[in-house]
Amino acid sequence: MNPLLQVTDLETTFHTPNKDLTAVRNVSFSVDHGETLCIVGESGCGKSLTSLSIMGLLPAKGRITNGTILLGEEELTKQSEVQMEKIRGNKVSMIFQEPMTALNPVLTIGFQLRESLMIHRQMNKKAATVKSIELLNKVGIPSPRERLKQYPHELSGGMRQRVMIAIALACEPDLLIADEPTTALDVTIQAQILDLIDELQQEIGMGVIFVTHDMGVVAEIADRVMVMYGGEVVETADVDAIFEAPQHPYTKGLLHSVPDVDNPMQELKIIEGSMPGPDDKITGCRFHPRCPFAMEKCKQKEPPLFNLSPMHTSKCWLQEVTESESNTVIRG
Amino acid sequence: MVGLIIRRFLQLLLLLFGISFLVFMSMHLAPGDPATIIGGPNATASDLEAIRENLGLNRPVVVQYFDYLAGVLQGDFGYSYQTNQAVTEAIITRFPATIKLATASMIVAIIIGIVAGMISARKQNSWIDVTSTTFALAGVSIPNFWLGAMLILIFSVNLQILPVGGLNSPFYTVEGMKELILPAITLGTASAALIARMTRSSMLEVIRSDYIRTARAKGVRKHSLIWIHALKNAMIPVITVIGINFGGLLGGTIITEQVFAINGVGRLMIDAIAARDFPIVQGTVLLVAGIFVVVNLVVDIIYALIDPRISY
Ligand SMILES: Nc1ncnc2c1ncn2[C@@H]1O[C@H](COP(=O)(O)OP(=O)(O)OP(=O)(O)O)[C@@H](O)[C@H]1O
Ligand code: SF4
Ligand SMILES: [Mg+2]
Repeated sequence: MNPLLQVTDLETTFHTPNKDLTAVRNVSFSVDHGETLCIVGESGCGKSLTSLSIMGLLPAKGRITNGTILLGEEELTKQSEVQMEKIRGNKVSMIFQEPMTALNPVLTIGFQLRESLMIHRQMNKKAATVKSIELLNKVGIPSPRERLKQYPHELSGGMRQRVMIAIALACEPDLLIADEPTTALDVTIQAQILDLIDELQQEIGMGVIFVTHDMGVVAEIADRVMVMYGGEVVETADVDAIFEAPQHPYTKGLLHSVPDVDNPMQELKIIEGSMPGPDDKITGCRFHPRCPFAMEKCKQKEPPLFNLSPMHTSKCWLQEVTESESNTVIRG
Repeated sequence: MVGLIIRRFLQLLLLLFGISFLVFMSMHLAPGDPATIIGGPNATASDLEAIRENLGLNRPVVVQYFDYLAGVLQGDFGYSYQTNQAVTEAIITRFPATIKLATASMIVAIIIGIVAGMISARKQNSWIDVTSTTFALAGVSIPNFWLGAMLILIFSVNLQILPVGGLNSPFYTVEGMKELILPAITLGTASAALIARMTRSSMLEVIRSDYIRTARAKGVRKHSLIWIHALKNAMIPVITVIGINFGGLLGGTIITEQVFAINGVGRLMIDAIAARDFPIVQGTVLLVAGIFVVVNLVVDIIYALIDPRISY
C-alpha cells in the first residue's frame, strides 16, 4: 500500500530579479497513517518551506521547481489553486508557529472555526456551531459556547493555539502539518499542546509532520525523524536510531546541543559556525566547512544518501565504508 | 461609546470656542473695514462713523468678542452686515448645496478609491496597477480649479452632455444627478487618489499576514479570502484616511463651488470675507469646524464597529 504522503526529490526555488535561490533541494520522505515524522534542523534549513510546499502555500516568488508530492493517489504539485482549496483544511491541515498572529483579529473565533466545516462539509451555520462547540471541548477550551462569540485578542496564546488546532482538525484531515506549534508558548502549555496533538492523533489516526528544532520535543513525540541541513535531508531514521545511533555528524552535533538534564553544569556543545543560506555555493558536502570529520573527498564530491537499513539513511561519506561493509556481509 | 460621544462633545465646544476667538481676532485686526464697504465709495467720514456705531465696531475688540460669544450661547450668531439676514438663516439656505456636493464627492472618492486600490493590490505591478497608481499620483497633484475647468470644457462646452454649473434640481432627479457629476469628480479626485493609495498598500500588507495564510490553509475560497478575511482588516487604516480627508474635502468645496457657480456655504464664506462681513465669516467657519468634529466622531464609531480590539 502507498504511504499517506510520499514526497520525492522536492526542490523549491525563489525567483529573485538577480538569480534563482534554491532553498529546498532533493528532499524525499514519506509519512504513514498514524505516524509522526519530526523534521528537525537549525533555523533556515528549509523546514517551513518543505511544509509550505506540501500545502501549496509558498510565499510569493517561491515555486516548486522539481519533484512530486503524492497524497494518497493525488499529485499535489499538479493541482490547480481551486483543487488545492478543496484539499487544504480538509485532507491536509497546518498549524503555524505564531498563535498570536495566526488568527484573524476582526473575525470571531466562531466564524473562523465554522468556516472550514461549512466549506468542506457543507454544514449550515447551525450544524457547524454545534460541531465547533464539540471541537473546542475536545481541545480543552472551557465554556466553548461563550468563546465562539469572542475575538482572538480576548484569548491567551495557549488558548489561541488550541483554537488553531481545533480549526486544523475540524474536518479530520489525513495529514496534519505542525510547524513549531509550541515554540512561542511557555513550557507547561507546550507540554499540554503536545499531549493534545498526540491524543487527537490516536483518535483520528492521521499522519503528523511535526517541525521543531527542539530535540526534547522530538524524543517525546516522534516515530521517525528527518534531519535537514542547508535545504537538504542529511539523515532519516526511526526516533530510537536517531538518539541511540545517530550516523551523520550534523545529527550528532544537534544531539550534543541538547542540554544535559543530569549534568546541568556542562556547557552546551553547539556546532561551530553557521549554516549556509540558499545562495551560498558550497562544493561537495554542504556541511563540510563545519564538520569535525571532514575529509578531502568531502570538499570535492557531494555524498549520496547511503541506506544503512531500510529505514535509516545518511548523506555522509563516512557511511560509504559502513554500507559497503554491510553489503559485503549480506552478499557473503 | 457614550463616554466617547460626551468627550467629543466637550472637545467640540472647546474647539469652537478657540476657533471663534482666532477667527474673530484675525478678522478684526486684519486690514479692511466693513464700514467702507457697506458705505460705498461716496460715504463721508461721518457716514462711516455712523455705520461703525450702528454695528458696534467702535468698541474695543475684546468687548465685541464677548458680546458676540454671549449672543452665540443664546443661539444668536448675529446678522449679516450686508443683507441684515440672520447668519443662521443665510447658512441654512446655502447649506444643502454644500452638503450635497461634499457627500457626493466623498461617495465618488470612496467607491473609486477603494475599488482602484483593491484592483491595484490584487494585480500588483500589472499594467492596471501601474495605470491606477499613476492616476492616483496625478489625482493628488492636480489643482481643483484646473480639473474643474477642464471637465467643464470637455463635457459641458465641447460635448454638451452635462450642465456647466449650478445645483438647482433635487439630487434624486436625473437633472440633479447630472449637475452633481462634474463637481463631485472635481472635488473627489484628490481624496479618491489618497484612498486608493492607502487601500492598495494596506491590502498588500494584509495579504501577506499570518492570518491570511491561516485562512488559505483552511481552504477558504478566493473571493471570501479577499472580501471577508482581508478587506475588513485592510479597511482600518483606510477609514482613518477617509476621516482626515473629509477636512480637506470641506476646504475644497470653497474652490469647487466657485468653479461650478454653486450657491453653497463656501461661496457664502468667500463673498463674506471679501466684504468683511464678519458675522457670516464667523458663522461659516464655526459650521465647518463643527462638521469636522462630527465626522471624526463618526469615523471613531465606525472604527469600533470594524475592529473589535478597540473599545471606548
Ligand atoms: N520569502 C522568501 N524569499 C527568499 N528566501 C526565503 C524566503 N523564505 C525563506 N527563505 C529562505 O529559505 C531558507 C529556508 O527557510 P525556512 O523558513 O524553510 O527555514 P526554517 O527551517 O523553517 O527555519 P526556522 O526554524 O527559522 O523557522 C532560509 O534560508 C531563508 O533564507
Ligand atoms: S560527508 Fe564529510 S563533511 Fe559531510 S558530514 Fe560526512 S564527514 Fe562531514
Ligand atoms: Mg520555520
